[in-house]
Amino acid sequence: MASLSLKINGRVHTVDADPGTPLLYVLSDDLQLRGPKFGCGLGQCGACSVIIEGRAVRSCVMPVSAVNQREITTLEGIGTPEQPHAIQQAFIEEGASQCGFCLSGVILTAKALLDANPKATDEQIREAMSNVLCRCFTHTRMMRAIKRYQTRRA
Amino acid sequence: MKTELCRREFLKRSGALIVSFSASSMAEPFVTAQGPFDTHPSHIDPDKLDSWLAIASDGSVTAYTGKCDLGQGMWTVQTQLVAEELCVAFDRVRLIQCDTSVTPDQGTTSGSQSTPTNFNARNLAQAAATAREALLGIAAQRLGVPLEQLTVEDGMVSAKTGSQVSYGELIGGKHFELAVSAAAKRRFPSEWKVLGKPVPSTDRVALMTGMFEFVHNVHIPGMVHGRVVRPPEAGATVASVDENSVRHVPGMIKVVVRNSFVGVVAEKQWQAAQAARDLKVNWNPGPGLPAQEDFYDNLRKQPSRDVMLVDSKDVEEKMTSAAQVLKATYSHPYQAHGSIGSSCAVADVQADHATVWSATQSVYPTQHGLAMLTGLPLDSVRVIFVRGSGCYGLNAADTVSYDAALLSQAVHKPVRVQLTRRDEFISENYGSACVIEQKVGIDTSGAIMAWDCVTWSVSFGGRPGYEKPGNVITGMLAGFDPETIAPRAAVEPAGELRNGNNAVPSYVVGCISGKCGGAGLIRSERVLTHAVKSPFFTGPLRSPLRLQNTFAHECFMDEISAYVKADPVAYRLQHLSETRIIDVVKAAAQAANWVARPSPQRGNAHTGTITGRGIACVAYEGDNGYAALIAEVEVDDGTGRVHARRFIVAHDCGPISNPDGLRNQIEGGVLQGMSRALGEEVTWDDRKVTSIDWRSYNTLALGYALPVIETVLIDRPTAKATGAGETAITLAAAAIGNAIFDATGARVRQVPFTPKRVKAALSGVLKNA
Repeated sequence: MASLSLKINGRVHTVDADPGTPLLYVLSDDLQLRGPKFGCGLGQCGACSVIIEGRAVRSCVMPVSAVNQREITTLEGIGTPEQPHAIQQAFIEEGASQCGFCLSGVILTAKALLDANPKATDEQIREAMSNVLCRCFTHTRMMRAIKRYQTRRA
Repeated sequence: MKTELCRREFLKRSGALIVSFSASSMAEPFVTAQGPFDTHPSHIDPDKLDSWLAIASDGSVTAYTGKCDLGQGMWTVQTQLVAEELCVAFDRVRLIQCDTSVTPDQGTTSGSQSTPTNFNARNLAQAAATAREALLGIAAQRLGVPLEQLTVEDGMVSAKTGSQVSYGELIGGKHFELAVSAAAKRRFPSEWKVLGKPVPSTDRVALMTGMFEFVHNVHIPGMVHGRVVRPPEAGATVASVDENSVRHVPGMIKVVVRNSFVGVVAEKQWQAAQAARDLKVNWNPGPGLPAQEDFYDNLRKQPSRDVMLVDSKDVEEKMTSAAQVLKATYSHPYQAHGSIGSSCAVADVQADHATVWSATQSVYPTQHGLAMLTGLPLDSVRVIFVRGSGCYGLNAADTVSYDAALLSQAVHKPVRVQLTRRDEFISENYGSACVIEQKVGIDTSGAIMAWDCVTWSVSFGGRPGYEKPGNVITGMLAGFDPETIAPRAAVEPAGELRNGNNAVPSYVVGCISGKCGGAGLIRSERVLTHAVKSPFFTGPLRSPLRLQNTFAHECFMDEISAYVKADPVAYRLQHLSETRIIDVVKAAAQAANWVARPSPQRGNAHTGTITGRGIACVAYEGDNGYAALIAEVEVDDGTGRVHARRFIVAHDCGPISNPDGLRNQIEGGVLQGMSRALGEEVTWDDRKVTSIDWRSYNTLALGYALPVIETVLIDRPTAKATGAGETAITLAAAAIGNAIFDATGARVRQVPFTPKRVKAALSGVLKNA
């Protein structure tokens, strides 16, 4: 066990955890955040995604010790039900969910890409989303929502 | 009585809870208000209005349903239904879904039955209509005006005189003490203000902002973490477990072994994961698995349980007199539900009662299974549905609920169990592998005169129901027997046509003793089904057997129409009698600007990218929804890769409750069907399943170049409401297979249409050219 200081969604949290613990478990168990979720535990699906310093990262395969002192943003950290972030708003408007379990991966991966590269081509967006899974296959609406966000933020 | 008190208590508290309520915060008031669960849940009498609805003094409505939202939108549409029938605003209704303490037992949320069950003249819909009429009756008395002079808007009843009274004033906080009335009039679709509208899904904002509580997010005070250690190969049993092998793991609480069920419990999830990884278990090997290469051939040689669905007794004779007999055999693999979230459950099993938070589709049956597993009296087990990730049928949600209960009982603490991805892929009940043999006789005009169909499907375990916990892996490992196939010869068909699995093609009359339930015109018909014991657990996967059978029927219909050089749309229409399936076929063809011609397309070069189109249609479960799907695909004949460019779906589910939700289900269904058709297949070696993660089990990622999907919704306001979640997916493999044929002349009769299989079929065409 070690005492770790994590900057999550603009707040500093101190947690006691084995340094090898995947970040996801700290976020969902110790801090009871609901955004990042356990999908595969293998970094293959994206459901556990968070943004660390602008990049979408799979928290299920990221040891918590590796993110000590780094700025971590989860799905609930980018907007609220009252004031959703523009990309969340785009997803709300498109009705781009069914079960919704995959949304951290879908929304945060797209946000990280478009924030870094606002003029990403459709090909680049697809490339960025090529390791993100949705098993309800809400793909059409999700890709439309991503385009809507891209257009709006331009 | 206690139940009623509890419901009232709940109602009092419910006003303070926000929409994305917390299951854990909900649980506490119950335990303290109700004490031990000494009330039999069946006391929630579905014939009583108070079992379905309660109105608080502020006029807010709480409705109770036994059909839950699995991501398919039932939360939203059932809320619309109650709001519509009661004439209150959508946001005045709070829906409580699937909780054995408070909701009526409506069995399992499955089989496209939620809408037929709750939206026709029964159950939730009828309860809400009963309540509206009762409230108007009381209002007429209270205001001293005749009933017909009253109007109601958002729970406020008004008389022409100007006097008003609200629902809250009329009934607030009191029981109706009425039976659900079969005579209560439903509101006509022409009057609808909330139903029939594209109301945004209730959960949307919470989902997008990470606020929604999934079962994975349930936290109970004092909760610890469990993991399971599944057998490394199918059928393996525990020889011994070395508990010392995990003594080094910090936070370790207990190794739990019950027969061949093995699990670990630790303070933290990471500790439990390490313990599960490190625990040394000696397993007795399983019996081994049949070779996958010739699985379909072997399947047909096994003892089977047979059902003759229709038999006109003249099929042999017609085949003899036919101008031509055509035959083909189709096969479909085991497929996984492959939920994006590996399943999770939380159980708190104490000495005298248990509460389990579960994403099960079947809270009441699961309650029974948990009572059997824990040995607790049924009445002291409570199962609360909390949504998991989309399940598409019997994923591992039930089995992980059992896992959590067994581990919690062993440590006397609340335990959360998270399955790993491998656990999920080897723990679930796969969609059945099938072989379907088709044969038709054609007359001299090219019309089909006789259809003979024989199907083989595999079965082992399944939904646990109320008494078979061994039907899923945890129950079996813990010592309960799974349901298996008792071989039996077919008997004469009797009663009404049962086409719940779509084993009977749409094109036959479907007659039993002169009573005909089919959608088609072919009079000479025989459909025989064989169920064979599966080496793996099986269970319903979205459109169970309906998809496999429809793939075979609709591809074969296409083969026949190609053989007689008929247009596939016209040829289908020529053999159909049921208006609703005819209408969806016509609507899809019209929307796609279908040009009548036979398949395959003439003049297509056999090099590079070739395009084609294909159609398929279904009367889902015989009469539970109608759809036609046209696929336009490209086939790369160098690689064998198939890429769908466009889908056109025409869909009829009776009156449409929510067109936006319906489109969402159709679009998702088509793409999920495409993923299953193009790549999904459970694989195994001689001892174990080898498709255990997202590298070894294919699924189409978000980045896949998506086809355009166009939906044509046929609204039938006066028809009965049918299911809509499984209709479109049923057609994808058939429509894509037919489009591949149209493009290339190559028929792929085995799902999935992998590049290798497509290339093999293409080389066959070239050889024969």
